[in-house]
Amino acid sequence: MSSSRISIKSPSAYLVIAIVALIDLVLLYGVTLMYAQGELAFAILVLILAAVGSWVFISKKGYNYRYVYPSLLGVVTFIVFPLIYTVNVAFTNYSSNHLLSLDRVRAIHLAKTWRTGGESFSFKMYREGPNFRLMLSSASRATGEHYLTEPFPETSEPLKLKAYVSTHVPTGAELPIREVIKKRSTLKRLDIVLPNGTGLAMTSLRKFGAIAKVYRPDDRIDREYPEQNYALIDNRTGETIYPDMATGYYTNSDGSEQIGPGFTIYTGWDNFTRVFTDPGIQGPFLKIFAWTVIFSALSVVFTLIIGLLLACLVQWEPLKGNGIYRLLLILPYAVPAFISILIFRGLFNQNFGEINLLLDLLFGVKPEWFSNELLAKSMVVIVNTWLGYPYMMILSIGLLKSIPDDLYEASAIDGATPVQNLFHITIPMIIKPLTPLLIASFAFNFNNLVLIALLTDGAPDMLHATTPAGATDILVSYTFRIAFGSYGQDYGLASAIATVIFLMVGFIAWVNLKATRQLQ
Amino acid sequence: MAMVQSRNLKYRVWTARIVMWLFLLVILFPFFMIISVSLRTGNFATGSLIPENPSLEHWYLALGIPWENADGSITQPPFPVLTWLWNSIKVAITSSAMILILATTGAYAFARLRFRFKQQMLTAMMILQMFPAVLALVAIYSLFDQIGDYIPWLGLDSLGSVTLAYLGGMALHIWLIKGYFETIDNSLEEAAAIDGATPWQAFRFVLLPLSVPILAVVFILAFIASIAEYPVASVLLQSMDNLTLAVGSRQYLNPQNYLWGDFAAAAVLSGLPITVIFLACQRWIVGGLTSGGVKG
Repeated sequence: MSSSRISIKSPSAYLVIAIVALIDLVLLYGVTLMYAQGELAFAILVLILAAVGSWVFISKKGYNYRYVYPSLLGVVTFIVFPLIYTVNVAFTNYSSNHLLSLDRVRAIHLAKTWRTGGESFSFKMYREGPNFRLMLSSASRATGEHYLTEPFPETSEPLKLKAYVSTHVPTGAELPIREVIKKRSTLKRLDIVLPNGTGLAMTSLRKFGAIAKVYRPDDRIDREYPEQNYALIDNRTGETIYPDMATGYYTNSDGSEQIGPGFTIYTGWDNFTRVFTDPGIQGPFLKIFAWTVIFSALSVVFTLIIGLLLACLVQWEPLKGNGIYRLLLILPYAVPAFISILIFRGLFNQNFGEINLLLDLLFGVKPEWFSNELLAKSMVVIVNTWLGYPYMMILSIGLLKSIPDDLYEASAIDGATPVQNLFHITIPMIIKPLTPLLIASFAFNFNNLVLIALLTDGAPDMLHATTPAGATDILVSYTFRIAFGSYGQDYGLASAIATVIFLMVGFIAWVNLKATRQLQ
Repeated sequence: MAMVQSRNLKYRVWTARIVMWLFLLVILFPFFMIISVSLRTGNFATGSLIPENPSLEHWYLALGIPWENADGSITQPPFPVLTWLWNSIKVAITSSAMILILATTGAYAFARLRFRFKQQMLTAMMILQMFPAVLALVAIYSLFDQIGDYIPWLGLDSLGSVTLAYLGGMALHIWLIKGYFETIDNSLEEAAAIDGATPWQAFRFVLLPLSVPILAVVFILAFIASIAEYPVASVLLQSMDNLTLAVGSRQYLNPQNYLWGDFAAAAVLSGLPITVIFLACQRWIVGGLTSGGVKG
């Protein structure tokens, strides 16, 4: 039985199984690595995806999913997962001050050292065959008496050495200071233990001094709460410091002192509360929201008006050579947006920009395009209309072609003017198929980060804002600046605002879906 | 149309032409200007549209060739523009090819095969393609930061990370290709199936050869979108030699280091090939665009 079942399978089926097995092996290795690193959630996720993938590609029942699985996996990994992850970050204090996990912060604290301030020793280095030996002497010791270390090789690992009291000078050749400097990477790794137990480490090019770890783990047994597992004892004062899960910092027992760096913690709805109640954020947020809606609406309206009129003109038969017109009119759309936006940034420049030179020549004015709020906003809309009208024109041309000619012939017999044609035939005929596209265009401009980031970067700045916010900022560019701007990156707050934008975009998408459904 | 109003018509045509030419003059002004600026001497030179003493200084620098000034001093190219262009092309070709492969197979399943939750998945993709990657930048940054701990060539400041991040643009293309597949009559594939072809063979040897036009359009759309993408690349890439063109070009117009002339030459140099590709393919692209996408 089994042999006959196998014989049905074609050689390519074995190839598929072999490839799936190979991929699974690699993934399993990755999963083990992730599990070892404590990334349990990721490990389980990858394990499930790999299992489903293997089933889809080996089982006969999964055949129809074979084609859709890779693309679905792509959509989930590159669109859905980042969205969920962003929402997750919105509930944390993840920021430039709280970048690391608690474990990493604890490790950083445990690695901190301080100079205990005891004696410091000047040293001489001697060569003994392939090894070296140090002679440490200090002013407080009796003359002729010093410490000698055990011989040690060159090393790139931390090395613990014992030292003993001696009156002899080592037999080997003393290294000149130049050679000692060359060996400093080895010297820095030495931890020399004196007979009395004091640890010495290199403190400068000529000196060794007593150095000790600032913190040691608190390994007392009585745990009151789980975070105490992370408690550390300050070797200098004997005081215990705890991770404060409310602020994301280590603090001393009365909470009066915060010890950086901070770690990432869940802060619940804090970021959202800040967006809607903190006056330094809520004020700019509402202003920026209003401007985002106005900007998107104006962009859609202006590009539509210009695009539709040009489409009518280009489609008008008597206008010969309209192929050329069309090509030239599409040009602003064909040039990559980042280049044309930067060109406008230069052209609108207050002092060197060609637009101001022209205006100065003609009217004797030099408008401050980047520092006057109203002018900056008009500039943004002008540039976006320039960028977007060809798209509306292309759409309109396609839709105009679908209007039957006899409608215009009939209206011509009735003596209608072009304007009457436009409002009574053209617009009513195309408005329905155009609506979903207009909504999509609105959504696109709602999130048009490239335009704002490259043209004004939000300028001019708003006053009384605790986070960087500008008059021409739209919601995404505001979020972008909070997350990746040059003043303290607050990823948590940025993600909270991004989550609010998700809801808005989701609403727009829902409206769009309704409009599309209505069309069908 | 009516033939009575010929005099009136002539007058109207001329009005339309003049309006059109004036409009084109305003619209194309930035392009004339940028070409003129790229030929001027120095970075702060002002002057008429046709430069009085044209110089190829900025063009040399944009092409990465040091320029010898009149006084004998040498100006080094400020930025590696050609490296940026090459980075952009590498990222765009790889990500577009991957998008094409994933979107085509996915679209085939949605157009031809039957499976559970098909309609829900399609609706979900329609909605998801309206969420731009810009909104999840923090997540993308943090994820690639973590991936980089294990796989350095996919970590921050690597072209691999940008390529991978661009795959998120695929939802829209699945819809585009699916729409095209549905216009192709599936009787050919059925005939192939009767002759004993597996679904894979029907897909590979019957449907794909018939769909080359839409595959080309999707590749070009994905290619252009990837070249012009700014936000994701600006967050993921850091070192000068790793930047893509879209991120790098911005360096020219820093208020502290304003290189208007150098920018002009670099902009024309890098914008021209993409513009030509777009215009050459516009007939096909326009078809794709009108079926529901917005240039990203």
